[in-house]
Amino acid sequence: MSSATSTAAGAADSERGRLRLSGVSKVFGRGDAQVVALEGVDLDIAPGEFVAVVGGSGCGKSTMLSLAAGLEQPTTGTITANGGVALMFQESTLLPWLTAAQNVELALRLRGVDKDERRQRARDLLAKVRLGRHVDKRPHELSGGMRQRVALARVLAQESAIVLMDEPLGALDAMTRDQMHDLIESVWQEAGFTVVFVTHNVREAVRLADRSILMGSRPGRVIHSQPNTLPRPRHLDANLLVEMSADLTRRLKEEVAVHDDADYFTI
Amino acid sequence: MTTPTTSRSELPADEVTEAAPKPSRGPVWSRGPVPILLAVVIFLAGWQVVVWSGWRPDYLLPGPVTVFAELGNIAIQPEFWQALGRTLVRAVAGFGLAVLIGTVIGLAAARSRTLRAAIGSLVTGLQTMPSVVWFPLAILLLGLGESAIMFVVVLGAAPSVANGVLSGVDQVPPAFFRLGRVLGAEGWRLYRYIVIPAALPSYVGGLNQGWAFAWRSLMAGELLVVIPGAVALGNRLAFAQEFGDAAGLLAYMLVILVVGMLADAGFSALATGMRRRRGLAVR
Repeated sequence: MSSATSTAAGAADSERGRLRLSGVSKVFGRGDAQVVALEGVDLDIAPGEFVAVVGGSGCGKSTMLSLAAGLEQPTTGTITANGGVALMFQESTLLPWLTAAQNVELALRLRGVDKDERRQRARDLLAKVRLGRHVDKRPHELSGGMRQRVALARVLAQESAIVLMDEPLGALDAMTRDQMHDLIESVWQEAGFTVVFVTHNVREAVRLADRSILMGSRPGRVIHSQPNTLPRPRHLDANLLVEMSADLTRRLKEEVAVHDDADYFTI
Repeated sequence: MTTPTTSRSELPADEVTEAAPKPSRGPVWSRGPVPILLAVVIFLAGWQVVVWSGWRPDYLLPGPVTVFAELGNIAIQPEFWQALGRTLVRAVAGFGLAVLIGTVIGLAAARSRTLRAAIGSLVTGLQTMPSVVWFPLAILLLGLGESAIMFVVVLGAAPSVANGVLSGVDQVPPAFFRLGRVLGAEGWRLYRYIVIPAALPSYVGGLNQGWAFAWRSLMAGELLVVIPGAVALGNRLAFAQEFGDAAGLLAYMLVILVVGMLADAGFSALATGMRRRRGLAVR
């Protein structure tokens, strides 16, 4: 069995942003301590598609992102990411010794953008996430929502074709999360990158995604895929959106019921 | 894909999270420089009381007034400034060399698991060893001279610096390493932009401790290693003892204390500023 993660740089432009996982599994540990985090995951995500990955805790959704980001290697299977991959973390991992602007600039600097240009671009990106007035603030001077907006600006600075988001709004209150949905949707629509958005919040998945993927646990695997063609912008309380969420929730409950020590998940 | 509409409601600019409430100011004697002055006054008063008690004759234990008068006398002699100058040059040179060596060793050990396993406990061991223990060997190997002093100062300070680097790198959150890789910072660039800045507060702690060890080693060295014609604070102290000049001895001790305290205050200010900029609790 082969395992590989490749970033095809020379792929045709129309394929830029495609993320493909075929037969991917990931096993941690050995012998008795062995844990199968993912098993037989096949996913084909089209360029520009917004895919939400939903599942209870321990279903391997974060592992899947680590594999897609190339931070870890799959045990078996192949992962092909066309164009660069950016990753937005659960907690904003802003560097506390840098200002908001410098945090964004670092991403540009590491891509070799020269000094004057990166100053200007960092400012523009922060204006885009509506933090134009806070460019010189340090992370500890910003609220949780503002920190995630800086993290979003930093992701945009990477200009990757694929953006992976690992429960980026998990620590935010409902109101701030609602605003972040609008913001993420608008920057995605403008930039046209591919998004894989991991969440345990079903409603959030249906609010944002073109397609919601349900994952089951032990071992982590894809159990359902729900296409979503509701017109945008969507409202969290719209009837159709609530119905689709209810359907996903029902399926998740069935999956969870299989295990005695059921994992929690939220609607 | 649709383009974003401008009608999308503008996000309300959330307010900056409130700065931590300032600690209540408390009574006058607990503010600013007042506690320090109070402590100095109490110390001087205690010293004077011991002198007045007649525990030791005045010529062996002079009071603060005599000692400060002597300090005034010493301070107008060029030998004092030569001694202070020489000692400070040695301190800065020895400490500088220790920082260089300690940093290189610390970084190398932080990056290589094998090297760390090999020398990690050695570094800690050296740190617990009183550096004055090295002097006989240093004198034997290098002779009674500047190099013997430097040797011991560096050996005293470098392990603390190396340990500061190591514990700093250990404390870098794993998420920062992941972030670095996602941003494309590998190898040296990961260290340059993420690991080293993240480890800086701990490094400054190591520098502070390293300085304290360097200063102690240097004083021990200057007491033990007397180079003809080269006056320094430590050997002025030794002379004062030999000549039974108690006031001069205490005056030099005060100078040594003040130099140490000034350096410590400098490091503390550096560390506090750094922690404040990062939003880490200062109090």
